[in-house]
Amino acid sequence: MLQLDQIYKVFYEGTPDEKIALNQLQLQMNPGDFVTVIGSNGAGKSTLMNIISGNIFPDYGTVKINGSDMSSMPEHKRARKIGRVFQNPLAGTAPTMTIEENLALAYNRTKPRSLQFGVTKKRRDFFREQLEILHLGLEDRLQAKVGLLSGGERQALSLLMATFTKPDILLLDEHTAALDPARADLITKLTKEIVAKFQLTTLMVTHNMQQALDLGNCLIMMDKGQIIFQANETEKPDLTVEKLLAEFQRIRGEALLSDRSLLA
Amino acid sequence: MFTALFGSVEVGVIYAIMALGVYLSFRILDFPDLTVDGSFVTGGATAAVLIISGVNPFLATAGALVAGFLAGCVTGILHTKGKINALLSGILMMIALYSINLRIMDKPNVPLLAEETVITKISAWWQGLGFDSMMQSLLTSIGLSEYIPSTWGIFTVMFVLAFAIKKAVDLFLKTEIGLSLRAVGDNDGMVRSFSANTDWLKVLGLGIANALVAFSGALVAQYNGFSDVGMGIGMIIIGLASVIIGEAVIGNATIVRATLAVLIGAVLYRLIVTLALRAEFLETGDMKLITAVIVIFALVVPKLIEKQKAGARKKKRAAQLGSAGTNGGDQVAAARSDL
Ligand SMILES: Nc1ncnc2c1ncn2[C@@H]1O[C@H](COP(=O)(O)OP(=O)(O)OP(=O)(O)O)[C@@H](O)[C@H]1O
Ligand SMILES: [Mg+2]
Repeated sequence: MLQLDQIYKVFYEGTPDEKIALNQLQLQMNPGDFVTVIGSNGAGKSTLMNIISGNIFPDYGTVKINGSDMSSMPEHKRARKIGRVFQNPLAGTAPTMTIEENLALAYNRTKPRSLQFGVTKKRRDFFREQLEILHLGLEDRLQAKVGLLSGGERQALSLLMATFTKPDILLLDEHTAALDPARADLITKLTKEIVAKFQLTTLMVTHNMQQALDLGNCLIMMDKGQIIFQANETEKPDLTVEKLLAEFQRIRGEALLSDRSLLA
Repeated sequence: MFTALFGSVEVGVIYAIMALGVYLSFRILDFPDLTVDGSFVTGGATAAVLIISGVNPFLATAGALVAGFLAGCVTGILHTKGKINALLSGILMMIALYSINLRIMDKPNVPLLAEETVITKISAWWQGLGFDSMMQSLLTSIGLSEYIPSTWGIFTVMFVLAFAIKKAVDLFLKTEIGLSLRAVGDNDGMVRSFSANTDWLKVLGLGIANALVAFSGALVAQYNGFSDVGMGIGMIIIGLASVIIGEAVIGNATIVRATLAVLIGAVLYRLIVTLALRAEFLETGDMKLITAVIVIFALVVPKLIEKQKAGARKKKRAAQLGSAGTNGGDQVAAARSDL
C-alpha cells in the first residue's frame, strides 16, 4: 500500500545548523495495516508524515502508494489518496465556514471541484449520517460555524473529514496531543472505530506509549531519523511499555532520562 | 441638496461593484490586494478606448471585465508562482498597470462625452419607458417637486446590476469551487490536504475580484464621461471603507449578509463623503483625507463601543456578585469545561 524507500532528508544542509531529519528510512505498509509511531522529540516523525503527504519533498528516496511513484507529485494531487489529521485542532477545519460546508470541502477530496453547489440536500443527508458516527450531536448543528466548536469537537470533525471519503492512507500526527485527557480518550476511541469501519491503512504518530500499544497492529520506534525498532502483527501484542523502554535502551545504549519523559 | 445626495447614491451603487471585488480579495481570500488602484483604471481605459474605436459599449464594458480578470491573475501568479509577498505583488502590479493604462489610452485622459456609452444607452431606453415623467407628476402631486432627480434610470439599472452581481457572488461562494476559495482565506494548509490547488484558487479569486473592479471602473468612466489615468488613486481604500462601514452597520455573519453589507457600505460611504464635502472648510481635494478618516473611524469606533459595553457588563456583574456575595466564577468555569 505504502512503500518508502531510502528516504533521506536534511535541513539547513552545509550550515552549522545542519540537521539530518530522516536518514535512509525504509517503511512498508500493507493494506489494512495500522502502524503506530513513537519516538523522542526531533526523531523525524512529523517530517516523515510531511514527506508522505507531499508537504515537503525528500532529498533522496521514493514514496510509492499502491505501487505508483508519488515522489514528485505535489501535495494537493497526492491528497486524493491521503487523509490527514493534524496535531492542532485549528489546522484541520475552516473556522468561518459551517460544519456542512467543511464536510462538503472534504467530500471533494477525491473528485475535481466544479460549479455545482457544495451542499445539496442529498449530500446534507449523507453528512448527517456520517456525523452520527461521532455521537457528539454535531448532526443537529450542520449550519453552525466550525470556529464555535470546542477543540475536541473540531478534532473529531477533522477526523471524520479526513476519513469519510475512505483515503488509501490515513496520516495522524499526534492528533490527540493538544486535547485534555478526556477528550483525547474520546478521539482515540473514535479513531479506533473509524479506522475499523472504513478499513483504513493508517500511520499514527503518538507520544503516548500506552496509546501506541493499544491501537494498531504494528508499531515502530524512531530515533535520529531512523526506525530503530519495529514490531509486527505477531510481536506487537506481547509488547509492554517496559519492554519498549528496555528495547530503546538496548539499541541506543543510552540511559533513558530516569523516567519515560523522552518517549512518553 | 437632494440632487447631490441622489447623485451620490447613484455613484455609490456603481462603486459598490468595485467594493464587492475588494471584499472578495480582502475578506474571502484574506489577500490585501493593491492591484485595485490600477485595475480600476484598466477597466475605464479599456472600455473608453474600445468605445472610441466604435465597439458596442456593452461589449466594451465586458472587455474591461476581461482586462481586469487578467490583471488580477497576474498578481496571483506573482504571489503564488513567484513567491512574492502579497502586498508587494499587488503594489508591483499597480505600478506596472499605471504604465499599461497609459499605453492603452495613449494619453492621460480619454473623453467620452460625444460617444454612445452604456450610460447614454440606458438613459435613452429608460426615457422610452416614460417612468420618469410618471414619477415627476407623482412627486409633484404630493408636493415634493424640488426633490426630483433628472432620471431614475441610471440608479435603477445600476442598482439591479449591482444586486445581481452580489447575488451571483453569493451563489458562486456556495459552489464547490467557491467553498474551496473561501477555505483558502481561512486555512490554506487544510484546503491543500483536501486536494485543492491553492495556488490556482488564489489566481482565480484575484482574477474575479479585479474583474469586478475593472467592470466598475468601466462604468464609472462612462458615467463621468471620461477615463483618466489618475482615477484609480486611493480606490483600494474606498473599497475597504465600503466593506468596513457595511460590516459595522450590517454585520457579516453570513456571506449573503456580508455582500449586502458591502453594497450598503459603498452607498453610505458616498453619502458621508458628499455630506462632509458640504462643510465650508473642506474642498474636493480633501476627499482622500476624508476617506482615510472614515476608515479609521469605522475601524476604531466599533472597538471602542465594544470596550465600553464590556466595561459596563463587568461593572454590572461586579455589583451583582458584590451584593449576592456568592461566587459565580466556579459555575461559569464548570459550564465551560463541557465538551
Ligand atoms: N521545516 C523545517 N526546517 C528546519 N528544520 C526542521 C524542519 N522540520 C523539522 N526540522 C528538524 O528536523 C528534525 C525532526 O523534526 P520533526 O518535526 O520531524 O520531529 P518529530 O519527531 O515530529 O518531533 P516531535 O515529537 O517534537 O513532534 C528536528 O530536529 C527539527 O528541528
Ligand atoms: Mg512532530
